Order: sequence, then structure tokens, then C-alpha cells
Amino acid sequence: MNRSHSYMSHSLHGSDRLARGLGWFSIGLGLYKMLAPRKLTEPLGMEGFEPMVRACGAREIACGVGALSTNPSLALWSRVGGDAMDLAALAAALRDKHNPKKENVGVALAAVGAITALDLVCASRIKKRYAYQAGPTPDYSDRSGFPRPAEAMRGTAGDFETPRDMRAALPSPAKSPGERVTPTTRSPNG
Amino acid sequence: MKALCWHGKNDIRYETVPDPEIEDPRDAIINVSSCAICGSDLHLFHHFMPSMKSGDIVGHEFMGEVMEVGSEVKHLKVGDRVVVPFTITCGECDQCRRGNFSLCERSNRNKAMADKVFGHAGAGLFGYSHLTGGYAGGQAEYVRVPFADETHIQVPDTLTDEQVLFLGDIFPTGWQAAVQCDIEPTDTVVIWGAGPVGQFCVRSAVLLGAKQVIVIDNVPERLSMAQAGGAIPLNFDEESVLGRLNDLTHGKGPEKCIDAVGLESHVPRSPDSMYDRVKQSLWMENDRAHVLREMIYVCRPGGVLSIPGVYSGLVDKIPMGQLMNKALSVRSGQTHVRRWTDDLVRRIDEGQIDPSFVITHSVGLDEGPEMYNIFRNKQDGCVKVVLKP
Ligand SMILES: NC(=O)c1ccc[n+]([C@@H]2O[C@H](COP(=O)([O-])OP(=O)(O)OC[C@H]3O[C@@H](n4cnc5c(N)ncnc54)[C@H](O)[C@@H]3O)[C@@H](O)[C@H]2O)c1
Ligand SMILES: [Zn+2]
Ligand SMILES: [Zn+2]
Repeated sequence: MNRSHSYMSHSLHGSDRLARGLGWFSIGLGLYKMLAPRKLTEPLGMEGFEPMVRACGAREIACGVGALSTNPSLALWSRVGGDAMDLAALAAALRDKHNPKKENVGVALAAVGAITALDLVCASRIKKRYAYQAGPTPDYSDRSGFPRPAEAMRGTAGDFETPRDMRAALPSPAKSPGERVTPTTRSPNG
Repeated sequence: MKALCWHGKNDIRYETVPDPEIEDPRDAIINVSSCAICGSDLHLFHHFMPSMKSGDIVGHEFMGEVMEVGSEVKHLKVGDRVVVPFTITCGECDQCRRGNFSLCERSNRNKAMADKVFGHAGAGLFGYSHLTGGYAGGQAEYVRVPFADETHIQVPDTLTDEQVLFLGDIFPTGWQAAVQCDIEPTDTVVIWGAGPVGQFCVRSAVLLGAKQVIVIDNVPERLSMAQAGGAIPLNFDEESVLGRLNDLTHGKGPEKCIDAVGLESHVPRSPDSMYDRVKQSLWMENDRAHVLREMIYVCRPGGVLSIPGVYSGLVDKIPMGQLMNKALSVRSGQTHVRRWTDDLVRRIDEGQIDPSFVITHSVGLDEGPEMYNIFRNKQDGCVKVVLKP
């Protein structure tokens, strides 16, 4: 392997740290949107859209929790999807002839655009790193661990006797019809 | 010395830490020649085990040469080559006398804290949180081994590290899981999970003479490795577990079921699995119990459930009604490693089995942190990682 030493000696890479940063950011921003939506709608000239902003906040929080989980991949792609929705909403606000605060909307568009780029970079890097079962699927059909074919090894440890404390609690149901187990009888002395 | 240290979720680092020292006259210091990453370490990696502290040295599968012994150590001397069982055992307490080494009453030095959590706690373990004693682990250059006279396995020099390393954990774990099934020649044994532990369950069940051994997983190369060892593979992504098991058992269900998956079972499309994921991520339950539920459901009435898979705390929606009405027996526990190892050393030595078959990756300790990622994500055909300090 020709990866550098420091790259191998930490299990967390830059992209993992970025994912965590985005996770906390997402939770913070989500809370802000949920608790104080007017502080966003007013400067953007989007009064009346508070319920939508609150819903976005809930989405941000869910994505944030996901981004902090053991596998942040899905949450990061959800963030990218959310970013696209935000961009669409802001673009609509920019096109709105009656919006008096288009300058602010422009600034917000640029900011969300930058975050989107960050989310995209992070999501695609994380996707690669966390790709389940990525790489070759080797053939392990020769790795039996036995000196002879497995069939010939069946019962080789026949010399082993199950210790008393590990015997099956019930007579094995396997021996169908099996040995008949007689019900315990009363001892002669009662 | 260099060691792998835990610093939080997904965060393992190769670091310089102080060398271990003899702290008790019954200690020994081992110079580690080989160590491995276990599926149990992934539970730490994902921070599902409580009471880990930043900087804890991880690892509980290791072996090496004795470097130093305490004044009261009688059966070990400097230069001896030993495998170290992951369960620390005093050899003298009531539980150790019965062979219940993973329940040793003396080796957990945080027993007071652990008793509060468990009611009555088990043995100390290497590198596995402060609830199990907070002992430094073996993914390191050197390790302090408490109760060294009892906590070691002597191995013949004729066998390689790769052949004997797994005597410290996964081989006896698979063996005990099968032994607990009290296998009869007419039994069907089903094993959930074709990870390293599942692989040794398969070999053990075959050696112990099960009529039919079935292994369930969704990782193709792990299934093919299990098939090589004598199991019928069942890919849960491609076929119905219940349907196939019924087909293979004339509609009666398997007599013996082994859970070699533990608390992180994943089944992408099953509703109960999704439910568990949500609850687990909201800290409303500790463990994902899909495999337990499935075992209880498919098992033949009167059968045995053997559970080597690790669980950490609370689980939800366990069908107690099925378990009780079907009169199933449950056997579980951390492995009583030393109880089985003399017999297993002999079986390796006689050539009945060569445990090195499971090793797919062998790298330096410095590459360990990245191997946690590769092992976890099952990339690159990874089944078992051995690290060389
Ligand atoms: N009792 C003990 O003393 C002891 C000792 C060692 C390991 N363990 C435990 O055994 C378990 C397995 O360890 P491992 O090293 O093989 O780990 P692993 O993570 O490599 O293997 C687990 C396997 O289970 C499979 N799996 C996940 N969900 C499944 C499902 N629903 N059905 C079937 N298969 C499923 C995975 O694909 C994987 O191959 C872990 O919980 C580990 O902590 C216990
Ligand atoms: Zn282990
Ligand atoms: Zn003891």
C-alpha cells in the first residue's frame, strides 16, 4: 500500500472531520430555523414562509444527527438534497418582483451555494470511504481450514464429550422419533 | 511504546504511550508478536460499549513472548511464548474452579462499578472498557497481563503465530458456541453471521458432528469461506431465511441456533431492523436484536439458542411469548477461553484444523486504524486482520 503513514495511523480522515463539522452545523442551523424562523424570513423578504422554514429546520436536525452517526453517508446526501431545495426557494425569492430585499437574498444564495459545494465534496468522499463491500470479492472457496474435505471432517471431534453444565436442557428434539424419554417416576419411598 | 488507542466514535489512533510495568507480583509483561482486530472491537469503534475513556488502549486478541514476570509468577518465565486469553482469570475463585473463567470473581478491578450495572459482574477483559476492569489492551507493543500464571496459553514452538493466535478468542468462542448446542449427529445447526466467529462456529459444529450446518450472511466471500468449511450458505439478501431453513429441515426448523452477529445486526429492508436503527440512534435502546428475534422464530421447539454475539444493554421487542411457549434454552456468555484451549491446541497440533485460514489481511500495527475502517465496511474481501507491532 502506498498511502502515507499519517493517513493510515488515524481512523478518522479529513472527510470524517468535515462530516462531523457539517453535522453540528446542521443541528445548530436547524435549531435556529425551528426556534426563530422570522429572523431568517424578514431579512430575506419572505414573510409568511415561517412554517416552511421550520420544516427545513427539522430536516436539518435529522441530517445533522445522521451525519454524526457511525455511517454519515446517507445523511450527507440528504443534506445535498436539502441544499438543492433551499437554493430553489431562494432562487424563487430572487425572481419575485415584489421582494424588497433581493440583495440579501443574493448573499444567502451565495452562502448556501458554498455550503452545497462543501456538502457535495464531503458526501462523495465519505461515500467512497464507507462503501459497503467495496473492492474485489475474492474467492475463498479454498479456505476450509481442514486437512481433508469438510465432509470427511464431520465428527472428527467425536472424542469430545459435552460437559454436564452445557448439555441441552431438554432431550434433543432431533432424534425423530428418537429415544423415548420416560416420565420421571415417583421414587419408591414417596 | 506504540499502541492503538480509542478516542471516540470511529476514532482509533496509532500513538506513543508509556510502557506497561509490573503492578502486582502476579503480573507478567508480554512483548506482542501478533495481535488481531475482533468483531467485538467494532462495537467499541462504534461506541456502543459504555465506559470507554479517551486514550484507552484497545485489543484483546494477542500473543507474544514473556519479557518480565512478577515475583509470585510460578508457571511462566522470561522467553516463554504464550497466547493470552481475552478473559482474565484468577484460577482460584468459585467461578474459575467451575471452569466459568469469563465470570472470574476477582479479575475485574472495577467490580463495584460493574456490579451496579450487571447486578453481579463478570471477569476483567483486556482493552474492553472500564466496566470490564479498564485493562490496557493488546493492540500494542507490550501488554501487562494480570494473574499471569492462569491467564496464558502455552503453545508449541512448532506452530506459527497465525496458527495459534486465535486460541485467545475467536476459535474457543466458536467452539464454545457449538459445545453449548450439545450437538447430536441428527442436528441441524444454523449460524447467523459468517464473520470470523461464525467461521469458527462452522468448523466447530462440523468437527462436533452436526448432520447439517447452515450459515446466514450477505457477504459473498464470507459465505464462500463458510461453505469451504462445510456449511450450506444462505444469503439473506437473496432468499427468505424462514423459507430456506424450513426447506432444509422438512418444515420442522433447526434444533440448534447460534447468534454470531451480536448487537449490530443489519438487514437493509426489514422493518424491525429499521425500527432498531432509529431507536438505537436516539439512545432509546442499546442493541439491534434482529437476529435474536429471527432465531427465536425459526428454531424448532425444544431447541437451543447459543449466543456468543455480544450485546451491551437493553434490547426491545424480544418475543418472550415465542421463547417461552417453544421451550427454548438460551446459552450465552463471554468465552471461558482457558476451559477449551488445551484441547484445541492439541487439535491444531494434530492437524484437525489450521485456524490461519481466516486471515485475509496482515499488516503493521501502524496501519491498524485504517484496517478498522476496512474490516468494518467489509472492503477488499476483509474477514480477519492480523497486526504486527
Ligand atoms: N462471546 C464472546 O466471547 C465473543 C468473542 C468474540 C467475538 N464475539 C462477538 O461475536 C460477534 C461476531 O464477531 P465477528 O468477529 O465474527 O464480527 P463481524 O462483525 O466480522 O461479523 C459479523 C457478521 O454478521 C453478519 N450479519 C450482520 N447482520 C446479520 C444478520 N441479520 N443475519 C446474518 N448475518 C448478519 C455481518 O455481515 C458479518 O459478516 C460480535 O458481536 C462479537 O462481539 C463474542
Ligand atoms: Zn473478541
Ligand atoms: Zn477467578
